[in-house]
Amino acid sequence: MRFLFKTDYQQDIRLFKHGGQMFWYSALALALIAAPWLLSSYWVSQFIFIWIYAIVSVGLMLLVGFTGQVSIGHAAFLAMGAYTEGYLYSLGWPFALSLTFAALIAGITGIIVGLPALRVKGMYLAIATLAFGFIVEEGVTRADGITGGNSGMMVGTLQVFGLPIDSEQRMYYLCLFILALVVLGVMNLMRSPTGRAFVAIRDSEISAQSMGINLAYYKTTAFALSAAITGIAGALYAHKLRFLSPEQFTFLQSIELLIILVVGGIGSIYGAIFGAAFWIVVQQLIVIAKDWLPPAIGQQTGLQPTIFGLILIAFILFEPMGLYGRWLKIRTYFQLFPFYRKGMFRRQKSYMKSERLK
Amino acid sequence: MLQFLQLVASGIAQGCIYGLIALGFVLIYKATEAVSFAQGDLMMLGGFIGLATTVVMGMPFWIAFIATLIVMLLVGMLLERAVLRPLLGHPSFTVVMVTIGIGFLSRGLVTMIPFWGTETHVLPVPYRDEIVRIGGDGAEGGLIMSMEHVVVIAVTALLMAALYLLFKHTKIGIAMKATSQNQLAAFYMGIPVRRINMLVWGIAAAVAACAGLLLAPITFVHANMGFVGLKAFPAAVIGGFGSIPGALVGGLIIGVVEMLSGFYLPEGFKDIAAYVVVLIMLAVKPTGLFGENLSKRV
Repeated sequence: MRFLFKTDYQQDIRLFKHGGQMFWYSALALALIAAPWLLSSYWVSQFIFIWIYAIVSVGLMLLVGFTGQVSIGHAAFLAMGAYTEGYLYSLGWPFALSLTFAALIAGITGIIVGLPALRVKGMYLAIATLAFGFIVEEGVTRADGITGGNSGMMVGTLQVFGLPIDSEQRMYYLCLFILALVVLGVMNLMRSPTGRAFVAIRDSEISAQSMGINLAYYKTTAFALSAAITGIAGALYAHKLRFLSPEQFTFLQSIELLIILVVGGIGSIYGAIFGAAFWIVVQQLIVIAKDWLPPAIGQQTGLQPTIFGLILIAFILFEPMGLYGRWLKIRTYFQLFPFYRKGMFRRQKSYMKSERLK
Repeated sequence: MLQFLQLVASGIAQGCIYGLIALGFVLIYKATEAVSFAQGDLMMLGGFIGLATTVVMGMPFWIAFIATLIVMLLVGMLLERAVLRPLLGHPSFTVVMVTIGIGFLSRGLVTMIPFWGTETHVLPVPYRDEIVRIGGDGAEGGLIMSMEHVVVIAVTALLMAALYLLFKHTKIGIAMKATSQNQLAAFYMGIPVRRINMLVWGIAAAVAACAGLLLAPITFVHANMGFVGLKAFPAAVIGGFGSIPGALVGGLIIGVVEMLSGFYLPEGFKDIAAYVVVLIMLAVKPTGLFGENLSKRV
């Protein structure tokens, strides 16, 4: 077991808390860099999806997990990013510029969506984002001059500073690189006063306000940042799929993003990445399992929603902290061996907390 | 003018469906402060159970109607007992996610019923393809409404009256009201709060099933019919989330606005009219038409 002796305030905000962490993260980085050479191109392609979904989840986690504002319309920001990138690409803009613009436009939309958040909260806000998601979906379908409408939009091969991203391997490195940047950015943000203000708002709006935090400013910032990160992911998504159509950015997509967060573990960046990886891997496992199951079950279209529903309910009931929580428990078990006790992570039994004025 | 009335009439019928689903949200929200995203899927389940009782078991429609409501009452109570009670006291976001899970699960399971789940079905109802004329001179002129729409409006009115009586005059209804006002105080007064919550979920599921059975002759029964439930959220918000008459009024507003914008505005506005209206409502009066005060006690 490791004891950290803190001799300096700087230690509290270090990215790596101790040498062990640095060692394991370096090992992980090496493994991820080596992965495209070791895996078949099919799995490399799946990894690209994991990275893209991880970027979206980190963005959504910033909003849902850290600021406590629920959004059921995040697919709309994904669509914003993807279509902006697709359109600017067709105009021949360089990638660095079009990616920035995709993030910018999604971010500005985020500010617009965040505006109701100043007046309403909780479920009302969720329903406002839901409404916004549907309106964007319809808008994308109708604006066929730019988006191609229902017939879709083709997006060509990406060029980054003259280098064509034409193979899965190159796409893999690009997505991994951007994910690393986003994760580092969000980690730094959460160590900064802005990030701490987000967490304060999540824990209690009233006490945050009485500590002098400007709710309107920070909530809008959270929406804008979250939307911008999602927009970046959307731009990558456009180049990965090569074909965009409104059916990819529906209400169900937004719900899937939320499920990723819950399964991964609300309130941590690890959770976002675990959730994204789990989501893609489970989808692939279902595809593989379909060949093994008897055709009466395996060929059912309802198999996937059933399994997703079961996973979601099971996680909420039995592991509310998600995959990250499970990992924490396993790690603590080995760190403290043999002193781990079942109740160490048990939450205090709490009763209905009413939000009504009585 | 007549055309306008015609549109309003069918809008009201559609709005009754939204109102009924929204009623389910409101009942659950009032009792447990949780928002159920599974309401639309419970409605779909109700449609399919109605199909099973009429087509497979051969019951007469109105008996099947009652049977479906009873089955869904039990389903709702079972759901509360198995999934939602362990989550009592968790943040509302958790409950929302679990109801989304229930929605996925029921949609998936219904789709998995062999030869049945993926098809679109017609629910045989005795009043199919009949029309009612209001005004005019009997044979022509006047307002024409299909019998399906008239039944929707009539049954909704009946159900609202029944719920009104339940909450006004029965012991159980008053206990429910007390529970939704203050759980702890209700508990101290000897009201079995848990059982009441269970019953509320049961009633919400039965109301949803009722909406499903009424909608079935108009749009057919299929596994994705539950997505209509998403339009009931705007209805509930417009009425004020905690108000039972508000849910119905909100539903009617959404139904009529949708019908009118489908006719007078360019294509595409029909599908988003409900959401535009709710965004305007949230910007102007976030508590809705009949909503209670939202301020939070510290």
